Amino acid sequence: MSDYILEMNGITKEFTGIKALDDVNFKVERGEIHCLIGENGAGKSTLMKVLSGVYPYGTYEGDIVFEGEVQKFNEINDSVKAGIAIIYQELALFPDLTVYENIFAGNEIRKGPFVDWNETIIQATQMLKKVKLNVDPETLIKDLGVGKQQLVEIAKTLSKNVKLLILDEPTAALNENDSENLLELLKELRSQGITCIMISHKLKEVISIADKATILRDGQTVCTLDAHKGEISESVIIKNMVGREIEDIYPKRLDHQFGKTVLELNNWSAYDSQLGRDVVKNANLHVKQGEIIGVAGLMGSGRTELALSIFGNSRNYKLQGDMKVQGQPASFKHTSDAIKAGIAYVTEDRKGNGLFLIKDIKSNVTAAHLKGISSRGVLNLNEEVMVGSQYKDSLHIKASSLEQIVGNLSGGNQQKVSLGKWLFTGPKILILDEPTRGIDVGAKFEIYTIMNELIKEGMSIIMISSELNEIIGMSDRIYVMAEGKITGELSKAETTQEAIMELATQ
Amino acid sequence: MSFFNEAKFLIKSNIRDYGMYIALFVIMLTFAIMTDGLFMSSRNISNLLDSAGYIAVLAVGMTLVIVIRHIDLSVGFVAGFLGAVAAIFLTQIGMSVWLVIPIVLIFGIFIGLFNGFLVAKIGIPSFVATLAGMLIFRGALLNVTESTGTIIVNDDLFNALGNGFIPSLMEVNGLHLLSLLVGLIGIILYVYSEVSNRRNKAKYGFDVMSAKIFIIKLVFVSFIIGYITWVLAGYNGFSWTVVIMLLVVVVYHFLSTKTVLGRNIYAVGSNPEAAHLSGINVTKITMIVFGSMGMLAALSGILFTARLQSATTTAGTLFELDAIAAAYVGGVSSAGGVGKVTGAIIGAIVMASLSSGMNLLGVGISYQYMIRGGVLAAAVIFDVMTRRQRA
Repeated sequence: MSDYILEMNGITKEFTGIKALDDVNFKVERGEIHCLIGENGAGKSTLMKVLSGVYPYGTYEGDIVFEGEVQKFNEINDSVKAGIAIIYQELALFPDLTVYENIFAGNEIRKGPFVDWNETIIQATQMLKKVKLNVDPETLIKDLGVGKQQLVEIAKTLSKNVKLLILDEPTAALNENDSENLLELLKELRSQGITCIMISHKLKEVISIADKATILRDGQTVCTLDAHKGEISESVIIKNMVGREIEDIYPKRLDHQFGKTVLELNNWSAYDSQLGRDVVKNANLHVKQGEIIGVAGLMGSGRTELALSIFGNSRNYKLQGDMKVQGQPASFKHTSDAIKAGIAYVTEDRKGNGLFLIKDIKSNVTAAHLKGISSRGVLNLNEEVMVGSQYKDSLHIKASSLEQIVGNLSGGNQQKVSLGKWLFTGPKILILDEPTRGIDVGAKFEIYTIMNELIKEGMSIIMISSELNEIIGMSDRIYVMAEGKITGELSKAETTQEAIMELATQ
Repeated sequence: MSFFNEAKFLIKSNIRDYGMYIALFVIMLTFAIMTDGLFMSSRNISNLLDSAGYIAVLAVGMTLVIVIRHIDLSVGFVAGFLGAVAAIFLTQIGMSVWLVIPIVLIFGIFIGLFNGFLVAKIGIPSFVATLAGMLIFRGALLNVTESTGTIIVNDDLFNALGNGFIPSLMEVNGLHLLSLLVGLIGIILYVYSEVSNRRNKAKYGFDVMSAKIFIIKLVFVSFIIGYITWVLAGYNGFSWTVVIMLLVVVVYHFLSTKTVLGRNIYAVGSNPEAAHLSGINVTKITMIVFGSMGMLAALSGILFTARLQSATTTAGTLFELDAIAAAYVGGVSSAGGVGKVTGAIIGAIVMASLSSGMNLLGVGISYQYMIRGGVLAAAVIFDVMTRRQRA
């Protein structure tokens, strides 16, 4: 009989009709390192949010049994009290406070009504020893590297008497050295009896550290593999992660000839001075006229950063390498230069930085190309209505009128407004960043159809997507990225989900 | 759509705009009744509008600053300082008015651009950058008036900006002819622009409001313009302050609603990041908005100095807060991207009406502050409620 510290039985969680988790079973033995693996959107984060009480008891079906008792967490504090702690990818530290203040933030050691700082520093020093971090506890968090910050976060968690430690992609932002240190520490903690669940995309890590690995796909448990029985290997994991049939939801496209190369990058690197690392490393890429290029990769692999570095470098990266647009060397000082050169970028986060949510449909559509409806700086508002209704009709935007506020539209219709805005600039190269995220199947099909029409008219499309099906179904050629590098280029013929996943998890 | 349904729909979808006009109407009516009509007398309305002038022009600029999610606290003392500079140029250097006004306006633009530079290029929060400006220009004002004290301006042409009226040509039944003509031209221009706008829309094949409602709207607005003209013509006619105020509103209204620049300003306000990714130069827009604010602060200073016929050591005190209050009463939103230039003017007139009406009624100054504060809070509460309803 195994000693399970955690059993999640038959967990089902729905979001307005969509099952994010469907009868998931997940069991973790005491004192093991258990990896949770799956594609983006497979349900890993949702499962962990159910476990930690972000989604309170009653909003999901199924049981959580922790330490032999059925738990009914109403909020995160309940799960913390029970001894479950999650460390997210985005660290929850205060950059301007010291290491010791951070370790006991929200959990201060008191002497009467006051904080006992001496005792705090003593205990913090012990915690730092536990996580093998050799820094002065009075250092400010912002002066530490990401790897060391990660360790402080773990020390903070350990100070709360944790029994089950959950790490969400802990090594995503770390370099190799820091990653190895972290994995060593996890092994050390295992020997001290702390159970650990680790969500990871890096299969090599999983293989080196996991006692068991559970694979999720489309909100369901696929299988749990046991390392001690020799079940964990890269090929087995990848096969179980993807394993899906490509559904026939991609509109047929007639074969056509590609034209000249319209965009070319040679040894293209982008250095982010805030993160202190290259977010794009030595990328070589070319796009021909009439081609749909897929850019695959896991979250944080540098796909969006690549797009932003091409599109007017709005994040002020330090760029290296050459870019040629229509055969001519190009360098853009501002997004407006990129737009003039015929490049358009439909953002990943349409609500955050794509649309003007408080404005209506027509003024969103014309926002990036007001020249098209004005002469000598004066707008022709009637012309704007014409343009707006033209895109509303051609893109099938469903809305009561052109005056409808964009914030009130559904995701699919918002995405079409966003697309309309960029088509109105008359681009030659259209970069689509996650064009179908969060929109329903019908709207997806419409967007695919529009893409096919656009390339027929001679446009080139670069599509960034986390959905392997979509990438394979729509692209003529695929680049795969991992950690800022382009790790491979696949032609339509040689593309399989396994091949992409292998390149993406390098 | 039936007549009443259309009217109902129009009111519902424009409740925030109409609410402000209704509030102004209610305030004016209340004071008119309480003062036995004294409040609506030609002389009082004329004084009221003149006293609103130097705040109203600030409020117009402030509205655009708040639209792009910033604030400018320096405008009060910038106005005071530049008013003093104008006075010095006129009296001590003896420059002509025609030279002084453009020079001072250009000074204002540079001061505004400097604020914009600190905010947009260096990245200092506008609250802090302009707070520093407020202190600096308060000092500068004291510095230039220290040796002389209050500077009396004797230039009649200059003082006319704050006290004078447009010439009357001749009087008809005790009414000023030129003012009546100006009002008449205003009505004709208004009707012409509305009709041509409607015809244009029809040409494009768009829906227009029904003829009945359209005519009612024309008659109603023409009546208001006509009434105000008639009231003012009964005293001294249009003052230069009112003419300047109207010019500022017309120009800024056009800029903000009918030009690429205006559209870009509102885009930056509603989502700066999306604006940047749409190829809009956010830095440039921020500089322009602060530059225009500086110019209007200079104009405000000129109007105020002309009104007092002198530059004092405390000129401009609290102007910035009055302008911010007027902008908020006028419906601007600190969340950015929302707010009209016409609203700012109405806001300024609402605040001036409250002061004027309460002065006539002999309400103590302590209560006046409390009541004006209450009205400001009520306006913003109304704003938040109507916005929430629509969302």
